Amino acid sequence: MHAEEKIKISVRNLNFYYAGDHQALFGNTIDIPANRITAVIGPSGCGKSTHLRVYNRIFELYRGQRAEGEVRIDGQNILAPEVDVLELRRKVGMIFQKPTPFPMSVFDNVAYPMHLHFKLSKSEIADRVEHALRGASLWEEVKDKLKKSGLALSGGQQQRLCVARAIAAEPEILLMDEPTSAVDPVATLKIEDLVLQLREHFTVVIVTHNMQQASRISDYTAFFYKGEIIEFDKTEKIFTNPSCKKTEEYITGRFG
Amino acid sequence: MTAIAPEKRRGLFRRKLIDRVVGILSILALLIAVAGMIWIIWVVLARGASVISWTFLTEPSKPYGTLNGGIANALLGTVEITLGAVLIGVPPALLGGIYLAEFGKGTKSGNAIRFSANVMMGMPSVVIGLFIYAIMVIPMGGPSGFAGSVALAVLIFPVVLRTTEDMLLMVPDALRESALALGCSRARTAVRIICRSARSGLVTGIMLAVARVSGETAPLLLTVMWSDAWPKNYFSQPTANLPVLVTEYATNSPFEEQHAAGWGAALVVTLLVLLLNISTRIIFKEKNHAR
Amino acid sequence: MREQLEKEITRLKRMVSSLAAAVETAVRQAVAAAAEPNSEMAAAVIARDDAIDHTEITIEEECLKILALHQPVAGDLRYIITILKVNNELERIGDLAVNIARHTLDSAEHTRREPAEVIDFSEQMQLVRQMLKRALDALVTRNCLDANEVMRMDAEVDAINKQVIERAMALIAKHPEDAAYYVDAMFISRHLERIGDCTTNICEDVIYLELGRIVRHSRLDTPSE
Repeated sequence: MHAEEKIKISVRNLNFYYAGDHQALFGNTIDIPANRITAVIGPSGCGKSTHLRVYNRIFELYRGQRAEGEVRIDGQNILAPEVDVLELRRKVGMIFQKPTPFPMSVFDNVAYPMHLHFKLSKSEIADRVEHALRGASLWEEVKDKLKKSGLALSGGQQQRLCVARAIAAEPEILLMDEPTSAVDPVATLKIEDLVLQLREHFTVVIVTHNMQQASRISDYTAFFYKGEIIEFDKTEKIFTNPSCKKTEEYITGRFG
Repeated sequence: MTAIAPEKRRGLFRRKLIDRVVGILSILALLIAVAGMIWIIWVVLARGASVISWTFLTEPSKPYGTLNGGIANALLGTVEITLGAVLIGVPPALLGGIYLAEFGKGTKSGNAIRFSANVMMGMPSVVIGLFIYAIMVIPMGGPSGFAGSVALAVLIFPVVLRTTEDMLLMVPDALRESALALGCSRARTAVRIICRSARSGLVTGIMLAVARVSGETAPLLLTVMWSDAWPKNYFSQPTANLPVLVTEYATNSPFEEQHAAGWGAALVVTLLVLLLNISTRIIFKEKNHAR
Repeated sequence: MREQLEKEITRLKRMVSSLAAAVETAVRQAVAAAAEPNSEMAAAVIARDDAIDHTEITIEEECLKILALHQPVAGDLRYIITILKVNNELERIGDLAVNIARHTLDSAEHTRREPAEVIDFSEQMQLVRQMLKRALDALVTRNCLDANEVMRMDAEVDAINKQVIERAMALIAKHPEDAAYYVDAMFISRHLERIGDCTTNICEDVIYLELGRIVRHSRLDTPSE
């Protein structure tokens, strides 16, 4: 398979439970390759977002949810209790379905993670803000509006602002949970182009319910069904000749 | 399936009629409420306006029997007492609201706190006054502005606690998750991001609680009582204040002028409350990011 | 969305079936006309080729439409692509049948008399017709074994074709006055051999379609190799 690929995230036998011992993920095992875009597809409620949210332990915000198993990022098991969660979340950035700019100016939005994690001079921050906004393909559109509130941007711009903010923390991995479903089609394509560029510097894992998006931009695709990983392979294989019957049925629209 | 026969269609007339009637009743109810408010303001205005003058507002009240007193000392006293109440009652309420919304959702302690606050809100203010009388006024040897502030703070606390919690809960979880996902700690997220996002709602809640409480008379009667002097010793002596003045002058005094003065004071209180409400709305109007 | 695609694929299948039937008929009749010889039958084959060409164009347009509008993937995609290719092959077979018919007509014109020695195509014709039938069945049943059979039979047809051509050339030397007849016969043999090649192509397409076939259903504990 991907013998030649360096592995960034290595998951072994991951089980996940919601409050009340309701199990949502069953023995997930997968290797996410570094500097590639991995798409996660599957019908609603199959556990793809749940799986993604284990990578940065964001599920810990909610009482009763727990993850068991091993999730190694660069060899270190991030589910271990001694892990510094704040540092983990700097390394593993996340972009959500609904754009969530903070209630402050565009500049402050992007500078915020820098204040959190780094000690930088004012000029350094300004440089890095510009760099992050360029990296998110947003600089040209907002360079004259840096002091304007982040909430005043359009939906697609807000989402790219969230990307800029996420990459300002200098992460290594970017998790995207259906990043274009709340955004219009033109902005969707812009964000997809952005994701393709991000590949160069980051490992991207993107959950999407839009299969054409997955086939357009990803290198690898994982198919989830009822909390299990049914198939994981190169995207071109999945979409021309999948190995599993269930995968074929899903991507040809016979269910889900 | 075949199309439904025309004779089986419900008449439009009845539905439109009901629609109209409900609309009219709603407007009527609104008019009654607004009319009530206007009537109150009108009566207070009519009876109190004649008394308002610069002297009225700047001269202290004169001892019982003496005429031509002003309400300046009472005004100052009210400001002191209310400010004290805010300083004592609002910070813990804010922090409590933050705790309930950010850390205490669904916990036993969170539920207990919320329940207690609800009970407190239902308690008659005179009971609170009596409570403070028992635990502060008696041991301290007498009424004081401070005791009044504490009593008002007790009234403010549950209201601000609940409004803070409600406003913070209205902030979508996605924003919390975004901040956490950047590596922001829970506490920092709560204070720096969530509070900031709900900022106008929080301030409105505080302002409204203050406005409501600044007219409470019963607790002040029991804890602060009355004084004709300038408010000097906040912690040990009774302080003049507007609500009690209104009670004393307008109803307890045999003098006609003092009646009028009472109405004047009532007008001042009303106007102050109105001003507070209106300025709150203007200053903290949500910027409309129309998208 | 899926239902709509299914409907269109069913329509497509019907069109391909009717094209296949028309082509089979054309081959059968062209071959029969050459055997007798029967000029009227041959002329009929040529006349009916227009309909075959028309159907081929319609099928291609249908395929393009399905690709554009439904963006099929995996098995559906391979199926549409296979239909496109098979469509092409069928039309070519139709043209070859026409060629055979033409040579039959030409032969009837040139030859005023019975040739001294007649060349018998019946074995070739049988084989070729069988191959065509089997190939078309394999397309429907997606049976790789049958497909392989046909590819084996093609070797036979090629061999026979070689023999016929050698024999014809020998006979031209022996009976030069019948040269025109023997030349036509060589052409007919060639066309039959080409029809065999086309059916072989169809079978290769079926095997491609099948190699992409679902082979296992697995709950993967390790990423697939």
